[in-house]
Amino acid sequence: MTAPATTARAAPGAPRPRANDVRRTRRQADRRRRLTVLAFMSPWVVGFSVFFAYPLITTAYLSLTHYDLLSSPRWVGFANYRFMARDPNFWPGVRNSLWMILVAVPATVVFAFCVALTVSKARRGANVLRTIFYLPALAPPVAATLGFLYLFNPRTGPLDRILGVLHLPQPLWFDDPHLAKPSLTLLGMWGVGAIMIIFLASLLDVPRQLYEAAELDGANAWQRLVHVTLPAISPVILFAVVTGVIDGLQYFTQGYVAGTVAGGGDAGAGSGSSLGYPEGSTLFYPVWLYQQGFQYFHMGYAAAMAVALFAIALSVTAVLLRTARHWVHGGEGLQ
Amino acid sequence: MTATTLPRVEPRTATAPPPWRARLLGAVARHSITLVLALMFLTPFVFIVLTALMTDAQALSPRLWPSPLRWSNFHDVFVRTDLLRYAGNTMTYAVLSTLGVLLSSIPVAYALARLRWRGRQLALIVVLAAMMLPAQVTVVPQYVMFAKLHWVGHLAPLIVPNFFGDAFSIFLLRQFFLTIPQEYSDSARVDGAGEWRILLSVVIPLARPAIAAVALFSFLYAWNDFFGPLLYVGENSHSWTLSVALANFRSLYHVQWNLTMAATVLFMLPVVLLFFAAQKAFVEGVTLTGVKG
Repeated sequence: MTAPATTARAAPGAPRPRANDVRRTRRQADRRRRLTVLAFMSPWVVGFSVFFAYPLITTAYLSLTHYDLLSSPRWVGFANYRFMARDPNFWPGVRNSLWMILVAVPATVVFAFCVALTVSKARRGANVLRTIFYLPALAPPVAATLGFLYLFNPRTGPLDRILGVLHLPQPLWFDDPHLAKPSLTLLGMWGVGAIMIIFLASLLDVPRQLYEAAELDGANAWQRLVHVTLPAISPVILFAVVTGVIDGLQYFTQGYVAGTVAGGGDAGAGSGSSLGYPEGSTLFYPVWLYQQGFQYFHMGYAAAMAVALFAIALSVTAVLLRTARHWVHGGEGLQ
Repeated sequence: MTATTLPRVEPRTATAPPPWRARLLGAVARHSITLVLALMFLTPFVFIVLTALMTDAQALSPRLWPSPLRWSNFHDVFVRTDLLRYAGNTMTYAVLSTLGVLLSSIPVAYALARLRWRGRQLALIVVLAAMMLPAQVTVVPQYVMFAKLHWVGHLAPLIVPNFFGDAFSIFLLRQFFLTIPQEYSDSARVDGAGEWRILLSVVIPLARPAIAAVALFSFLYAWNDFFGPLLYVGENSHSWTLSVALANFRSLYHVQWNLTMAATVLFMLPVVLLFFAAQKAFVEGVTLTGVKG
């Protein structure tokens, strides 16, 4: 990790050396520069090759094999991909993950925006409010999920008791196959702090004159929101949606913990009995990938699932960034 | 809890009140939305802490307030489980990862932001791609690799990759390094300083907020991480981190809710303390991650 300390550069006032010397010193300087760059980049060059490029290629190869980590991989062609169609847990996993991306992500982004809007309107105590709304985002996901499992616990959880006192319906939340994902969405909304702070910063950046001008033109609060605020912060909305979708694709921890703990199973050794509890409603795509690859050691099939996930992640990112130019105000903020 | 999703409608009075009263009512109404929201965000914390102070019987009873307060829960959870070991493992993972991320990502970000070279743009795109791709895409061969090294069951597979650059940290640092005026580097160069000297004595001191943010995020990521520890140390309880241990509490130790919540409080506490100690760096860092052209 040592590198030449200086990058030589001919001082403009120096006496002119002969052309050959100039060329030689320049070549030496170029080489030294390249070595400097290489030295600075070396951690990433190694990291990218070993932990990214090589695994990516190997995933593609393994996806065409049968591999259990004990015997060497056996070539099976596209059998793993064909099996996806028949795998009874593959499509439910796709559907559950899709639900999180199509329902939970928009709900969370809209909610983050609403919270940021209320905080931005607060004249006093904005700092305290920001802290309160940000704090849950810091809670370790496992801790937050356990907290919600207790709060939402049917019959014994505080929420159930409060709903009972108010004579409101007392649903089963994490134990109800129709409500498990909405409950996880509420958990996600509680931890909305990071996006909220980004929204808040950009809301406070919108020039006041724009609002004043709109007000002079007789725009009401709703019109100001739609025609001034939203266009001005559209790059941030895009950022929130893109990161939300990417997080949605790898949504694992909360779903896995909620499923195994509520289902009374063992989260570590993954017996598989309570997988996706209740009734497979929390069996997200990455959860099934984990189960196949690292509990059943169907490494080839898990690799095939990873390749499919890679293709989807890549196209989602590309589509979002491509279409963004059309609906993001001043799309140059994108790159 | 569903109410958190619905902004409250501002109440309106039937008769038109004088303007100052309308304004006051409006202010109260506006604040009431905010206050109700704030209350809802705090409620889960309150109940988690209250339950952590209950006896087991109370935690399952309709009572919401613990009486008597059982502070000994925080002691019991250390006796009943190996909490100290898990906390130590988590701390080892978090501290070493943070160290690795800083040592490796700062020079890379420097090369991407402040050195001019062919292929820099491509390298940046590669970093962005690595940042955006789901971790599960590369996880199978990585696991195979670490299994062949006999590292599975130990913390090493979680820590070592951090010493080879973290895409998110590289990107965040690069964004910040770009904002430092080039003149500072140039004048150091005139004084005969090399790139390493410029990095150490010019760029790093000026980029302290960004570096603090990256350190905080790295620490927090490792502290909170579940997928990594589950994958690599899930089968070896000696190396469990708090995340994995906590997820197993209920089934493994048949730990009651009150003790689980006590452990949850202890797990959250360092993070909350860290936040209050470095609130400014946090907020600046989060804002830095947002897009800014």
